[in-house]
Amino acid sequence: MQTHILKHSVYLKSGYSIVGPLEGKGPLKDYFDYIIKDDTMKEKTFEKSERKLLQHIILGAIDKAGLSVRDIDLFIGGDLLNQIVSSSFTARELELPFVGLYSACATMTESLAIASLFIELGIAKHIVAGTCTHFSSAERQYRFPLELGNQRPPTAQWTITGGGASIITNEKSKIKIYAVTFGKVIDFGITDVNNMGAAMAPAAADTIKTHLKNTNHSTKDYDMILTGDLGKLGSEILIDLLEHENIILGKNYADCGCMIFDKTERVFMGGSGAGCSASVLNSYVLHKMLKGDFKRVLIVSTGALMSTTTSQQGDTIPGIAHAVELVLDTASEKDKNTQSSNKKKIITRSKTTKIIKKERQND
Amino acid sequence: MDKNKRNVNYNLYVESKVPKTKAWPSLVKAFILGGIICAIGQGFFDLYTYLFPSLTESEVSTCMLMSIIFITCFLTGLGVYDIIGAWGGAGSVIPITGFSNSISSPAIEFKKEGIIYGICVKMFTIAGPVIVCGVVGSIVCGFIGLFM
Amino acid sequence: MINILDYVISFLVGGFICFLAQILVIRTKITTARILVLFLIIGMILEVLNIYAPFREFAKAGASVPIIGFGATLARGAITASQEYGLIGVFTGGLTASAGGIAMAIFASFIFALIFSSKTKRGGH
Repeated sequence: MQTHILKHSVYLKSGYSIVGPLEGKGPLKDYFDYIIKDDTMKEKTFEKSERKLLQHIILGAIDKAGLSVRDIDLFIGGDLLNQIVSSSFTARELELPFVGLYSACATMTESLAIASLFIELGIAKHIVAGTCTHFSSAERQYRFPLELGNQRPPTAQWTITGGGASIITNEKSKIKIYAVTFGKVIDFGITDVNNMGAAMAPAAADTIKTHLKNTNHSTKDYDMILTGDLGKLGSEILIDLLEHENIILGKNYADCGCMIFDKTERVFMGGSGAGCSASVLNSYVLHKMLKGDFKRVLIVSTGALMSTTTSQQGDTIPGIAHAVELVLDTASEKDKNTQSSNKKKIITRSKTTKIIKKERQND
Repeated sequence: MDKNKRNVNYNLYVESKVPKTKAWPSLVKAFILGGIICAIGQGFFDLYTYLFPSLTESEVSTCMLMSIIFITCFLTGLGVYDIIGAWGGAGSVIPITGFSNSISSPAIEFKKEGIIYGICVKMFTIAGPVIVCGVVGSIVCGFIGLFM
Repeated sequence: MINILDYVISFLVGGFICFLAQILVIRTKITTARILVLFLIIGMILEVLNIYAPFREFAKAGASVPIIGFGATLARGAITASQEYGLIGVFTGGLTASAGGIAMAIFASFIFALIFSSKTKRGGH
């Protein structure tokens, strides 16, 4: 079975997001927890900056949940760099048990889904799931040197600088993870690396279709259906593809890549990267859910599973999409207040806050 | 349904969905930028002819190209050339400036991997084909010259 | 002395070559390296066919600044040297003629790579 409806209660306790300067000017700027002004983060290389960014995100998420690093049983995550170095190096710095994943830009929902199943099985109590991307490190790995004067085709997307992390737990909290769907790898024969949206849209369509079928929901049951980084073109294709299957995506559908940037920014089809859905989920979506605006949300991060070598050798681009369904658990509100006051570990909390504050002052 | 047929159909469908950008603005920009760079080249040519009257025409031409290459590398280092390139497209690639930028940009980018493995190894990741094809092509031309 | 017409012709011819290249870029999504090689080879062919010299005479810098001029220099060097020195000239001629440009590109890139670091793009480039 592709879809797992979680029987035991698995909760998303809190989320934390940091984005770069360009993303911080976009329409979602008020929702992000922190916007960095200098995207090198005072590091010598962009790979180091990405690492530091992820470290801040993970610490921020743990701190926001009122926990300390020692309370965390597992860190599940990944990123776009070769051998997912940013995540594993972050796990080294934070001395956390680590499960590394790679689903390209679908890493956020994949880590959320796996974290939920770990909690469901009772293996862990608190899991932090997160990912981030950095425009400049992705650019130098996947495309061209930053200073090369080349034009991007109109279908290109813009890897965002930023990311987010969530704390998944079995403690009662407002947002419950209802079901997860692991997607199939789907390839419709797109070879153009500058048109990722078209390569990933069939995977997203398949995952959404499967999820709706297995949970017996229709698109109208959701307050929001979000795809990760299909971009403008990709989401138009997704709407068309689902229409063929008699699934109508209405006004409750949006794409994180389109949401994160202003129309005035010249980013072509919109944002992309693992950090795209991670930052939007952990800022905008959680914020809206906690406010009660959204009661049921489906998040489908999409990833393109190619490497520079395969695309140079002319292979087509396979896509993948994982879905996570979040519901607002209104009944738990009362319990949560009593629980969280018991659980607050003031000493450890202030310690992590201090670290973050100190690091931020250095920025 | 047959997978190949599905893929072909999907590719055709995507092709029809890709927004058609107006080609004219970018063509005009390429024309203007390429033209300006060549006119600047002519300026250097006249300058060197005036300053060094003893040089032959091909020597002056080499000096002119070297000046343009040097300026482009400098602009690349300042982080200006990628903005010019994004504006002018092929107008920045086809003049010798494009060759120069494609050598200096990876050199600057991969400096972080060290001088030997970064700058020296990665310098020709983009312009390497130009030098290889240039050398191979010139040798072929040389053989042709033997029989001319 | 300075002749305004030279500049006008350089501008128009150089611009037109870039214009043709941009059409290729839009139509075929050709990459930077490929387009450079393509025009380099075009320059060599023009030189071998003896079309480049009169073209250069007419277009001045409009012919020598685009990469086709670089290709023509390589080809002309090899042909001249092969006729002068025989077989050894076949191999030495091309690089000798174009040594100035290649050496300056490598030298300047190396120096500026030591001085500058790459910067993040500010969006839209």
